[in-house]
Amino acid sequence: MSELVLLGDEAVAQGAIDAGLSIAYGYPGTPSTEIVEYLQDWKRKEDNSLIASWCSNEKTAYEAAVAVSMMGKRALVTMKHVGLNVAADAFMNSIGYTIHGGLVLAVADDPGMHSSQNEQDSRYYADFARTICLEPRNQQEAYEMTRDAFELSEKLHLPVLLKLTTRISHSRAVIKRGDVRPKNEFNPSKDRSHWTNLPFLSRQNYEDLWQQRPVLAEISESSDYNPLSINDRNKEVAVITTGLAYNYYKEAEKELENKPSHLHISFYPMPEDKIRKLAGSAARIIVIEEGYPFVERFLKGILPQAVQVDGKLNDVIPHLGEITPDICRKAMGLASFEKAEVKAFDMPGRPPQLCKGCPHTDSYKALNEVMAEYENPVVTSDIGCYTLGYFAPHNAIHSCLDMGAAVTMARGAAEAGAHPAVGVIGDSTFMHTGIQGLVDMLSAGNRVTLMILDNSITAMTGMQRTIVESSGIPEIVKGCGVDPAHVRTIVPLPKYHEENVKVIREEVEYDGVSVIIAQRACIHVVKAKYAKG
Amino acid sequence: MTYNIVLCGVGGQGVLSVAAIIARGAMMEGLQVKQAEVHGMSQRGGAVIATMRISSEEIFSDLISEGQADMILSMEPLESIRHIAYLKKGGQLVTGKDPFINIPDYPDREELYSVINSIEGSMLIDTKNLAVEAGSQRAQNMVLVGSASKVLPIKEDTFLGAIENVFTRKGEDIVTINKKAFVLGRNS
Repeated sequence: MSELVLLGDEAVAQGAIDAGLSIAYGYPGTPSTEIVEYLQDWKRKEDNSLIASWCSNEKTAYEAAVAVSMMGKRALVTMKHVGLNVAADAFMNSIGYTIHGGLVLAVADDPGMHSSQNEQDSRYYADFARTICLEPRNQQEAYEMTRDAFELSEKLHLPVLLKLTTRISHSRAVIKRGDVRPKNEFNPSKDRSHWTNLPFLSRQNYEDLWQQRPVLAEISESSDYNPLSINDRNKEVAVITTGLAYNYYKEAEKELENKPSHLHISFYPMPEDKIRKLAGSAARIIVIEEGYPFVERFLKGILPQAVQVDGKLNDVIPHLGEITPDICRKAMGLASFEKAEVKAFDMPGRPPQLCKGCPHTDSYKALNEVMAEYENPVVTSDIGCYTLGYFAPHNAIHSCLDMGAAVTMARGAAEAGAHPAVGVIGDSTFMHTGIQGLVDMLSAGNRVTLMILDNSITAMTGMQRTIVESSGIPEIVKGCGVDPAHVRTIVPLPKYHEENVKVIREEVEYDGVSVIIAQRACIHVVKAKYAKG
Repeated sequence: MTYNIVLCGVGGQGVLSVAAIIARGAMMEGLQVKQAEVHGMSQRGGAVIATMRISSEEIFSDLISEGQADMILSMEPLESIRHIAYLKKGGQLVTGKDPFINIPDYPDREELYSVINSIEGSMLIDTKNLAVEAGSQRAQNMVLVGSASKVLPIKEDTFLGAIENVFTRKGEDIVTINKKAFVLGRNS
């Protein structure tokens, strides 16, 4: 069938479409965002019956998708790795369910932390939940694995985790499409015991899950996604790769005279027999895996063993950052390539920064002016473009933990004695998990000022629509119980600077919870509007 | 044949649009293409890098090793040096001449040019003026593609076809300007 040039994320979306997807939910997060974007584009151009929606957070997305499965239809949920922390409660508890319509969770990890605060490895979540994890090594496989994930989900009645990483999500290649499966009809599951996590039902569900282990093991052993090649002439060293390390290894392998036996793992639970066979073939195994030393730890245990295992745990492979072709070459004992010679030069850094004309710059300028009037001000911040307020010349924030923590941490700081305690959060992040923190501080009666930097878009991840329009935010805040006299809206522009400083000063001194909404659209939204006329 | 390119610049400069034209050209000649991009946070005015691999054989890796790039193609001079470790011995450096200054410690321009010129055969392209000559300052990217095309393993006609292909939906004027920018870059 037809060929397309797609990002890895887009290949997942196309795979889901061709697997008969009915509904997709997600929360934007680099590097996973383009999956839902592609589906939304597909809806506009090809199939209006497809639903592809952003949700307020990953948990709400996942839960809605579970119900799609309960109704017999196929659902896809997308998020970045740290998003699965938010959705973990729903994910873990959906494992005991008897999944009906195919349910696939596509999670994009970010080794190297290109756009993230950690490099947690989602394979642990699949293992924790005792379900299947698939990890593609190229765009074609991303397409095919997504299709297979739906099939496995329906066959084994499990949610299947599809693990992506930045370099597959955001790398473009040609993919060939397969045939298109029809969508499932509306066909609700009638067995309530499959969908109710009461302890007495859960005990049985988890027993059933445990009994299913040999089935998963059998699939893993025979899966083409775990290819094993044995070279009897090399008894010295064997190689295990996972994720994109496969590609880097294959490039290095061309230069190796006596090729090591090689097992690549992209279907989990791991193929234990294949691992044993590989281990029996050589005195030493090098484990090159993207992410945490997941396979390596599984191999190593804590007891002495006959086979030497080299990898991240003994620093043969760097433990931090993504795997690169150079890391692979070095591990395989290959020399580096000869580089161009260039005059020595002291290279200055160029970190990301707020764009020229960004409303956040004006918000921080006004906030900084007020904070400078105090001895120990605390400004807790959050995940979004405004985290860049950490850098000079702003130097405006003290913390950034996770989504929503600007609000809750401001409360904690205030109760520990800080004044002023100001939380700075974006509009989309506030809707994600900020509201709960606001409710907490209202119930505690804290002296906190919350600044919602409302640029009317989810900007950092590439301009996704927020689920609540700007006009709705003051109403939500008031609805939570903030005194309407202390819900203030400012326009962060240089010409209103003095006015804005005054508002912030007043609200910071208010003995209660105040909310200042700094409302001005992201400069890119404005530019796009001008471009369209 | 495998040809590796490191594309770099500052977020928002249009690195990906340069990549798109080269990729389209390569595919029109029946070559395989793999392209690793950077999205998200670094796009906000930070240093960005994309790698592109063009090959007549199967390509495994999206990324390349240091010393493996046949070309560094940069939107501006400082960024052309940032990833210089990727350039192989005898590799080609092509860069726009105009600095993009959004940091306080941007180095002295002449010193920067001397570093660039210490690599044999480097091309420093006056993309801004050539783009203006072509009809729009926004066509700077296409000037750069034109200059790079002198050494890329893709034919001139193929590139012109790729430009037509990519820009057609934006109207005939835009196609004409971009083709002219390409030719000016190629003849520079």
